[in-house]
Amino acid sequence: MRENLHRFFRAARGAGVHVSPAESIDAMRAVAQVGLADRAILRDALLLTLAKSQDEKLALGDCFDLFFSQPEPAQDQAEANDNGEASQEPDQSPSSSSASGAAEAQPPEGLGPLAQMLLSQDRNAMSAAIASASGAASLSDIRYSTQRGIFSSRILDAMGLQRLRDDLDELTATNPSLAERLRAALDALREAVRDTVSQGLALYAREEAENLRNEILRNAPLARIERRQVAEMRALIRQIARRLRERYSKPRKRQRRGHLDVRRTLRRNAAWGGVPFLTAWKRKHRERPKIVALCDVSGSVAQVSDFFLLLIHSLHEVVDDVHSFAFSSHLIEVSEILEKKPPEEAMAEIMSKVGFGSSDYGSSLVDFEKDFMSTLTPQTTVIVLGDARSNNLDPRADILRRVSERSKRLVWLNPEGRLAWGFGDSEMPRYATFCSVVRQCATAQQLERAVSDIVATYQ
Amino acid sequence: MAEQKASTSIEAVESGLAAQGYIASRQIATAVYLSQQIEKPILVEGPAGVGKTELAKAIAAWRGKKMIRLQCYEGLDEAKALYEWKYAKQLLYTQILKDKLGEVLGGAQTLHAALDQLHDFGDVFFSKEFVEPRPLLQALEQPGGCVLLIDEIDKSDAEFESLLLEILSDFQVTIPELGTVSAITPPTVILTSNSERDLGDALKRRCLHLHIGFPEQRLEERIVESRVPGISQTLRRQMVGFIHEIRSLDLKKLPSVSETIDWARVLVLLQASELDTEIVRDTLNVLLKYEADIEAASPQITTFIAKAARSNVFG
Repeated sequence: MRENLHRFFRAARGAGVHVSPAESIDAMRAVAQVGLADRAILRDALLLTLAKSQDEKLALGDCFDLFFSQPEPAQDQAEANDNGEASQEPDQSPSSSSASGAAEAQPPEGLGPLAQMLLSQDRNAMSAAIASASGAASLSDIRYSTQRGIFSSRILDAMGLQRLRDDLDELTATNPSLAERLRAALDALREAVRDTVSQGLALYAREEAENLRNEILRNAPLARIERRQVAEMRALIRQIARRLRERYSKPRKRQRRGHLDVRRTLRRNAAWGGVPFLTAWKRKHRERPKIVALCDVSGSVAQVSDFFLLLIHSLHEVVDDVHSFAFSSHLIEVSEILEKKPPEEAMAEIMSKVGFGSSDYGSSLVDFEKDFMSTLTPQTTVIVLGDARSNNLDPRADILRRVSERSKRLVWLNPEGRLAWGFGDSEMPRYATFCSVVRQCATAQQLERAVSDIVATYQ
Repeated sequence: MAEQKASTSIEAVESGLAAQGYIASRQIATAVYLSQQIEKPILVEGPAGVGKTELAKAIAAWRGKKMIRLQCYEGLDEAKALYEWKYAKQLLYTQILKDKLGEVLGGAQTLHAALDQLHDFGDVFFSKEFVEPRPLLQALEQPGGCVLLIDEIDKSDAEFESLLLEILSDFQVTIPELGTVSAITPPTVILTSNSERDLGDALKRRCLHLHIGFPEQRLEERIVESRVPGISQTLRRQMVGFIHEIRSLDLKKLPSVSETIDWARVLVLLQASELDTEIVRDTLNVLLKYEADIEAASPQITTFIAKAARSNVFG
């Protein structure tokens, strides 16, 4: 059983539950206490010891159900298998009582154990044999879906396929009808093994597959991802947000003590004629990030803006003061929509209000200056997300200069590559002169770095 | 054999807690049983009012042990949670013992000799006598063991969590002047959290993690039955069904078990025999604590009552 639990821990890690060695020891102890008889109690015990959050509990619960949905070997078989994989060796005679009990109905002598088992149609013995063979083939090492074939054949080999083939050849000559039955049973066996391998893949390879997919997703251009990937990307963005939150939300004790604040000390002790009874110390104030985000939601940039807004607005603990604006031909404030509605709905509403137009940076900046210039303070970081392609209309870079002067920093995130800046109707070089930083922001990874850097300047 | 014992013991926990008026689900009972067997603290998470604190009280009452409670808040530190030196007593004693000190050191000729003699007496002023034990140390010093409730750990600072680690894993604390104090009998430790912030992995690793959510309808009925015995069965079913409907709404604060119990008491006081729109509308403020929530729920009252009544027929 210990072996089984270890495999379960691996499967749990695959399901994204963090199982440390210490936790697996606890789980072992807990299982030793509650025993294996009652599956519901076993499930509760494992959930209590291994999963450390509600999400993990859900994931682990699913994993548990999947793992133990495997056909469990009957008791006597399990004992027979404890002698090692030896009992599966083709040259050994079947030792389990049920197999031999069923075999007396079957006439053929001199067949390999696998053939006998198949002909006896003993389900328990079959599933036990598959389970122990997949142990021998170390199925828990499966990582990629492309490995399915090799693991299937390894398991079949471990079960004694070679001997079965010989038997089959022999039977075809002597007893064709029995050979036919055996062949059909073999097909069923292949099917069963394939299912076992698929289940193994689902159990053990999830983490690896997920890592790979996330890695690809992180570096995929946001503007061109496929529709079916949008949901995955949102999940990834949420992950990024959580990481950033963890990194930046803890109030760092950076208050610098040790320097006497002379002015405040004197003022405080004025009542005693300036004799410093009470001292005041200098402190370093940490500002909370104030962000004003202007996002282009026209055609090509819309998708990137969507993810950017999602990220910025999931950082509540870190940045609580965000004003977001969306524009294509004109500009509106969208903070409220984003705060109140779930992301999908919010984006749809924003798009219906200002999206789908051809972008006009000039008039959008005019809108901003007219109505929202007061949102800027000397502590504000202004982030503009857009490709700066203004369809040859007046870019009004002068407004951007005023924005830059009134704020702490002006960061321009451009989803286009550097090479494209300044070509065609791109006004990037003109705008760039007034920006503190201009950086490319086309993938989730670049997005994470950009936002991380912005928040870090406030730490 | 051991397995047989386990499931009966878990049932024993369930009935033991029930005797104290705490109706525990199977999972809660398993957690309590395991924490006792493998000596691990339980970290209880869940929304406010589902009976996290109550669980600790019930365990203490059931086992007949003392409950020591440490309420966490921002800025809670070692001095308030673990131990403190009794400064005033130390000062007073030095004053009183001044003459005695003079006697003891009388023979010494030089300062150096005096210091040596003083060393021979050891750290009299930093001994157990002068330690003021706070909840954590108190819990370790209970000879018969106790139930230590560390309430709302998520309200405390991250530093405080680190302080707890030694106690939770080894049931001991280290006081620099005195050395390590180990628990006489390891206490049963219950930590509760409202998930206001994520707790550190190190802390979580040392605990059994139990999530108490809103109970199922049957369980909640049993809870109401044990807490408010005066309520009729039909009304109980109806009101619990109604609350389950309310919980499906998107509200700021969903009514939890404590609100259910309060509401049951109110309904008994008002001598209601069954739910109707009138009485629900009048008492909705017992269940919902925000004006916006009440407004959101009000138009649905009639449908919910009907639904609750219908589920009664089939349930």
